[in-house]
Amino acid sequence: MNIIVPIKQVPDLVEELEINSSGTDLDREWLKMKLSEFDDHALEEALLIKDDHGANVTAIALASDDIDKALFAAAAKGADQLIKVTGVEGSSTHEAAKAMANVIKSMEYDMVLTGVQAVDDRDGQLAVLLAHYLGVPHVSVVTGVHPSDGRVTVQKEYGGGMVAEFEASTPIILGIQAARETPRYVPVAKVRRAMRGSTIDEVDAGELGVGPGSTVSKMYKPETGGGAEMIDGSAEDQAGKIIEILTQKGIK
Amino acid sequence: MSNQIIVVIEHLKGNIEDISFEMLGKGKEIADNTGGELVALLIGSGVDTMTGQLGIANKIIYIDDANLAEYNPQAYSKTVTEVVATNQPKIVMIGNTSMGMDIAGGVSIDQDMPFIAYVSGISSDGNTISSSLYGGKMNVDSSPSGDGYIVSIIAGSFPVDAGRSDGSPTIEKTAAPDLSDLSVHFKQLIEPEGGDVDITSQEILISVGRGIQSDENLPMAEELAGKLGGAVSCSRPIVDSKWLAKTRQVGKSGLKVKPKLYLALGISGAPEHIEGMKDSDLIIAVNTDPNAPIFDYAHYGVVQDIFDIVPALNDKL
Repeated sequence: MNIIVPIKQVPDLVEELEINSSGTDLDREWLKMKLSEFDDHALEEALLIKDDHGANVTAIALASDDIDKALFAAAAKGADQLIKVTGVEGSSTHEAAKAMANVIKSMEYDMVLTGVQAVDDRDGQLAVLLAHYLGVPHVSVVTGVHPSDGRVTVQKEYGGGMVAEFEASTPIILGIQAARETPRYVPVAKVRRAMRGSTIDEVDAGELGVGPGSTVSKMYKPETGGGAEMIDGSAEDQAGKIIEILTQKGIK
Repeated sequence: MSNQIIVVIEHLKGNIEDISFEMLGKGKEIADNTGGELVALLIGSGVDTMTGQLGIANKIIYIDDANLAEYNPQAYSKTVTEVVATNQPKIVMIGNTSMGMDIAGGVSIDQDMPFIAYVSGISSDGNTISSSLYGGKMNVDSSPSGDGYIVSIIAGSFPVDAGRSDGSPTIEKTAAPDLSDLSVHFKQLIEPEGGDVDITSQEILISVGRGIQSDENLPMAEELAGKLGGAVSCSRPIVDSKWLAKTRQVGKSGLKVKPKLYLALGISGAPEHIEGMKDSDLIIAVNTDPNAPIFDYAHYGVVQDIFDIVPALNDKL
């Protein structure tokens, strides 16, 4: 069984985000990037399938700063093959999906597992776009993948904790919301070993023509604190004020 | 291109989801302002009675097919794409929901239409579209290029009531596309297991997020919940880390809650979480990040370490 896992880096939201001088994108100069958490879950689900059934797992990513480290980390966790796709200039998910599709269509695969969404995929989620460029069925918001005899049972999450189960033939593209287990942790030393022991295959993205998109006119921070009355002071003072509010509202 | 605004109606177990009415209300506003025709697209099997709730639309396109009795990502995707191909609408509105995320991107590619996701606002002329990105930390305004576009709308962006009204739309019954070669098949719906606590019926929720850092820190939140006579709920990462049961999760893929007090501890307030709690009577948020989006929705905000504030509250109560 061959599983392909597209991964990407996204801005770490723990850091302060700043807007660039043209006011249409993030100021990326000092931006700290990290593996998109949903891609981490997709990789974990692929590795769980590998653990249970045996599989060849390929991590694939578009070339970007720091992406080698993310790919080597995937190898350290258990990915068997690493691919870096070069030649993508734009930042749209349509282009990313087209580039991935160009590379993946010449590979043998049973499943593609990638994160259900990313924090910056303004023009749509990679999994569904990739599926349509490849002409392969797709299920999104997946929380469980169970292959058996060329078929796969997929759990898809609805609202309210409800789950729907689907059975599908392969190949299939799945947008992973959460892996069955918490994504495994890999120590830095193991990533370093992977850097020495694995290779990243570089592949050109090929032709990237995509349909019409949209033009960003403005990026802005939502008015933070717009709704909230802020309570200042020491933790003691703030706790006192919270209790005052709860008393006033008849909650305590 | 026609002047149609097509709203894809979402329903589950016989109920039309609120997001459908949110979109119908917004669609109506744009239709009125631009001379457009508001079309509700109803897909299913034997759901004729639902047409009675879609009075706000000028027209209902109703596709009834046995293959569409249960939601199926492949069948619904094909059907929506077919309707869009036939009608060439100006705007297609679909929920940024589990269903919408299966479908919208495919329509974009198969019909060569721009797709703008995570939409929380659309101007009345339909030309400026606001998306909520980076976990709700940034908004982006954009305009689609080309004729017609598809948007996926974050639930809770528009008022539900604006989409409910009486009327007598024309009903156009249309055949489904050929669905005989599906490779994805619905098996079953799995209801959530009953948890130890039903957070939707609690008047007080002490809700913990990533800021709690470890399950070893949960007892301080439980102590506070105990002192206030409430329960502990949480955001998605806590469930993904298996620190609390799925039944405690508030948000898009968890439960919607409306307690008298929602105390958010170390929850940044991504749109998926806000969807589940924004209608709470009183929201107090504690976060070390003064820019956390949760402060947009809270009534009171406290920029503080939860490991300082929670013990202080526990001492005083």
